[in-house]
Amino acid sequence: MSSDRNGKLILTTGNYASAEGAIAVGCRYFGGYPITPSSEIAHYMSRRLPQVGGTFIQMEDELASIVSVVGASYAGVKAMTATSGPGLSLMAETVGLGFMLEAPMVIITVMRGGPSTGQPTKASQSDVMQTRYLSHGDYEMIVLAPSTVQECYDFSIYGFNLAEKYRTPVIIATDGIVGQMMEPVRYHSNFEIINRKPPQVSPDEYQPFQVLDEDLIPGMATAGSEYNFYVTGLTHDDTGSPDMTPERAVKLITRLCDKIRRARTEIHEYVPWEEQHLDDAEVVILSYGINSRGVPEAVERAREKGHKVGLIRLRTLWPFPEELMEKLGRLGVKKIIVNEMNYGQIIREVERFRHLGFKVTGSLVPTTIPFSPRFIYEELLKEV
Amino acid sequence: MTTIDEIPAPKSTDEIPEDHPLHERLNLHRFIFCPGCLIGSAITSITSCFVERGLTSKDYAVVSGIGCTGRSSGCFNSPAFHTTHGRAIPFATGLKLANPKLEVVVLSGDGDLFAIGGNHFIHACRRNIEITVLCINNNVYGMTGGQCAPTTQIGDLTTTTPYGNIEPPFNLVSLAAASGASYVARWPGYDTLRLRNSILKAFDNPGFSFIEVLAPCFTQYGRKNKLGDAVQMLDWIKNQVRIIPNCPPHEAEFDFKKGRIVCGEFVDAPREGFSQKIQQLRDMAQKKK
Repeated sequence: MSSDRNGKLILTTGNYASAEGAIAVGCRYFGGYPITPSSEIAHYMSRRLPQVGGTFIQMEDELASIVSVVGASYAGVKAMTATSGPGLSLMAETVGLGFMLEAPMVIITVMRGGPSTGQPTKASQSDVMQTRYLSHGDYEMIVLAPSTVQECYDFSIYGFNLAEKYRTPVIIATDGIVGQMMEPVRYHSNFEIINRKPPQVSPDEYQPFQVLDEDLIPGMATAGSEYNFYVTGLTHDDTGSPDMTPERAVKLITRLCDKIRRARTEIHEYVPWEEQHLDDAEVVILSYGINSRGVPEAVERAREKGHKVGLIRLRTLWPFPEELMEKLGRLGVKKIIVNEMNYGQIIREVERFRHLGFKVTGSLVPTTIPFSPRFIYEELLKEV
Repeated sequence: MTTIDEIPAPKSTDEIPEDHPLHERLNLHRFIFCPGCLIGSAITSITSCFVERGLTSKDYAVVSGIGCTGRSSGCFNSPAFHTTHGRAIPFATGLKLANPKLEVVVLSGDGDLFAIGGNHFIHACRRNIEITVLCINNNVYGMTGGQCAPTTQIGDLTTTTPYGNIEPPFNLVSLAAASGASYVARWPGYDTLRLRNSILKAFDNPGFSFIEVLAPCFTQYGRKNKLGDAVQMLDWIKNQVRIIPNCPPHEAEFDFKKGRIVCGEFVDAPREGFSQKIQQLRDMAQKKK
């Protein structure tokens, strides 16, 4: 376990690759709590972080894990945690705090079957809505969904860059299979590193939530610097002081949400969806994560039989790619088949765009086994 | 072991500027507390210790949870964090581990630290992480309307125990000591000299320090239990306080019915803190690499 295999192809698991990607982009704090099937990320971090001068701590529960990550982030360190559905449920309040305090942080959730304890050792895609609507209150979330071990490495890098750029929590939603399967991966160093915007004014003039740029992102001071600041989970003004007026609530919440909403296209350009055969496709299969792996084979088989079929693989789940839906509408796609290892989650978002002219159907199975190419092909034949 | 009373009093008043002596360190427009509440005394005691040690705001951070005392972090002119309910200690843990040079102080209430945050408290004690936790104990949930807390005494009236509380309270000193805290003290909030000296000792302790501060809530506890106004309640507390040097933590009695609250230092056993251990671990891992 070391990073000096730079550039060489190695065989490892998604969880290890997720952890190594985080270290490569500069993560130096991990606060976690054991939970299957994410625990290998903690195992790897407990060994690797001390080697690179970082901090690993196993906290007493998920509540503590994630709130310690916010603390570390405000000490100026790139910080993360990793968990699975039941642990993510416990992290809900602090995802809200992280959004409110605009703390860059990454949460990897290795999805397993739910609800409740569910199926700890199995894969699932049933937390897609949980990743989006985890906290109470109006807020926006950036969620990436890797489907290969290489993407586990890459998306940790992208996840931290997005978190730092937009000063917000980012969730990387892998699953029990992607996390634990082995595939060849390159631990490359061919990427840019984005760091949070520092304070733009002197300590005397600094207000922690004052926005000076069009991107709606304030410069971030950290503890241990010359800057004084107060931050609170309460609705606050630019100085950080609690302010309960409706005007302030509107101003704060719209800014916090808009800084992500306005960046939607930019985020999808940074971690773009994959598309195949959209030039002539009448029917498009939309999938993501582990459940997208069997789709290309099924699509090629259908095309060999003369069916005009294409595919979309989402890599950024949230914010939902509205521009993709518009594109499919423009191209005259007649039907979108949504494949999910759950009983219907992302399909609800796709259905919101039916007015663009396409029909929406789905293969929605709350199973723990990804759809086989044969199953996808047979389902596809019913729709073409 | 230096006893509290051997530590000299603060510098003479000659050096105090014309306005509030801690003017530059405080943000008093965020001061929202009831007149007569001792949260203010705790805030100024902590701040005067920062001054005493020559610490400026780049050297320290204050973290609080939710509740009356939760709002206290806003009064510090320093990096200050008003976190979620019960989570001040794990937030402070992340902050301290990510920047071990910081003097990190957690200031929160009994409900926040010992009900919803109880698990975090015992584990922070166990780890002996180098933070100082001050609990403003008013034996009740003040901010939310005077509900029963894990420190409310048996028989006492609150808005959720209209027939009298039937749950035994935690003894915070015993709990901290049993959980592994390396410095544990309890003081009445009005005894700002001993409180200040105790905080200085906590800063010197290389591990986890816990100081319980008695700060009776006349607005909620006093009103429900007919204990009078702020001054009458201070007298009521004062008559019960017994300062006993070197008292073992299991004898740190806190009983309104008996009229006996033992104050003093109960644990003063400095030992290596958690972030030092993590540094040793890094050194070991880097040698093995």
